[in-house]
Amino acid sequence: MIELENVAYSYGGGELLSDITLKLAPGSFHFLTGPSGAGKTTLMKLCYGALLPTAGHLRIFGTDVRGLGRDDIALMRRRVGVVHQDVKFLDHLPLTENIALPLNVSGRHAETEGTDLEELMSWVGLTNRADALPPELSGGERQRAALARAVIMSPDVILADEPTGNIDWEMSQRLLRLLIELNRMGKTVLIATHDLGLIRATKAHVQARVLRIANRRIQLAGADL
Amino acid sequence: MKRFDIGALRAIFKGDRQADRVVPPSGFTAQLTLFAAGAMAFLAVFALALSLASGRLAQVWGQELAQSATVRIVAPLDQRAAQTEAALKVLQTTKGVASARALTDAEQEELLAPWFGPELAMESLPVPRLIEVVEEGEGLDPVGLRLRLSAEVPGAVLDDHSRWRAPLVAAASRLRLLGWISTLLIGAAVAAMVTLAAQAALAANAQVIAVLRLVGATDDYIARAFIRRFTLRALLGAAAGTVLGMVAVVLLPDAGEAGGFLTGLGFRGWHWVVPLMVPILVGAVAFAATGAAARRTLRELT
Repeated sequence: MIELENVAYSYGGGELLSDITLKLAPGSFHFLTGPSGAGKTTLMKLCYGALLPTAGHLRIFGTDVRGLGRDDIALMRRRVGVVHQDVKFLDHLPLTENIALPLNVSGRHAETEGTDLEELMSWVGLTNRADALPPELSGGERQRAALARAVIMSPDVILADEPTGNIDWEMSQRLLRLLIELNRMGKTVLIATHDLGLIRATKAHVQARVLRIANRRIQLAGADL
Repeated sequence: MKRFDIGALRAIFKGDRQADRVVPPSGFTAQLTLFAAGAMAFLAVFALALSLASGRLAQVWGQELAQSATVRIVAPLDQRAAQTEAALKVLQTTKGVASARALTDAEQEELLAPWFGPELAMESLPVPRLIEVVEEGEGLDPVGLRLRLSAEVPGAVLDDHSRWRAPLVAAASRLRLLGWISTLLIGAAVAAMVTLAAQAALAANAQVIAVLRLVGATDDYIARAFIRRFTLRALLGAAAGTVLGMVAVVLLPDAGEAGGFLTGLGFRGWHWVVPLMVPILVGAVAFAATGAAARRTLRELT
């Protein structure tokens, strides 16, 4: 799905990530952890083509990202669901339309897939907020809405950056169960988090591997935390 | 670089309700774009009226008057008729002359009436006899004709109108050129104005564009949403401005026959179709300008 081969990324002067070799196989479940500022978000951005590696090779669905045109990247993103740390929506559109946005921009229409949308809304517990505008939502609601938007296209890969940052334990368990469910359906999942409790809770249900970024490099953390 | 072709143009008019909604409504700037497009179209209608009218003047003065000349017989009253006869004979055998005709007393009286008033006793005045010459083909050779006339009709003076016609034609042509330059400048100003408005809208909607890119929208999809909005806005404003401008031209006070060919600013015949092109051209300019601005902005994003 996503392969990194000796990938490095540097911002201006210093190198933030170096010599990263990583392979996200289809159906795998990974956690990405490490101290703040270690480069978790940067690594996530590399994985969906928002940043290009400054060295090494990065292949998404078998194609080197450097060879992708702007439209190729757009098409690739329809197969990758992304949940950002600071979730952004179209603030002038109601929640349902925001969640259905990936369908609309790819020419599929939400009306024809209405039942899926309703099901998804109820799964993330936002059915009664369907007509609310994004600025009216709480932090937790925004996180759930972002996850709903990320999975509506039934993507092959789901990248979530601190998806449980703003929500309570119970809701984060629910989100996680949704991600585990998606993983069981064969989706590749990568979650950046520093919540070790979350990782432990997940490991009870699914075989997840934990990657740790330290000293600009990535390491496979021990099987038991 | 991908080009916005006919398909894109068709998509602009067909529209996509969903795609339209992704760009937030912007009340005030929308009205400014409408107003500016309308004002520019209004001015363009006048610039066109000026160009076309001065073009007509240049044509009238340049061609129709070029096909005629006047021979003046300045002679004592008793020799006037004889010299007129002689001059007509010369003219009938001159190459390039279709017809030559001496004006009657009544016609000459009519010509002088604006200056001397009616009831003029022509017989008592040494008014020169005028011969109207209509040319054909290449026209006559004024130098040769003058030589022949001076030999055979001492009192004949040929006036081929070129002396006073040339500067008028030059002035009218220059006026027409200025009119067209004004029209072009107005078009360029529309392009600049729409580019600025689109640029501002794109900058103000950076978050919208980032979200759309994140969920897999192509540049074309995003650009079209903006292009459509600005093209329709400019088209609408320009249509309103054009209608107002044309109404204003229709309502121009008519100088009538008294004004002769010196007035008549406005459209004649098929020229009425020309201002109708203004909204279409403004729409096309807005389409191209927004497209260029959108592509430029989007290229800088991931």
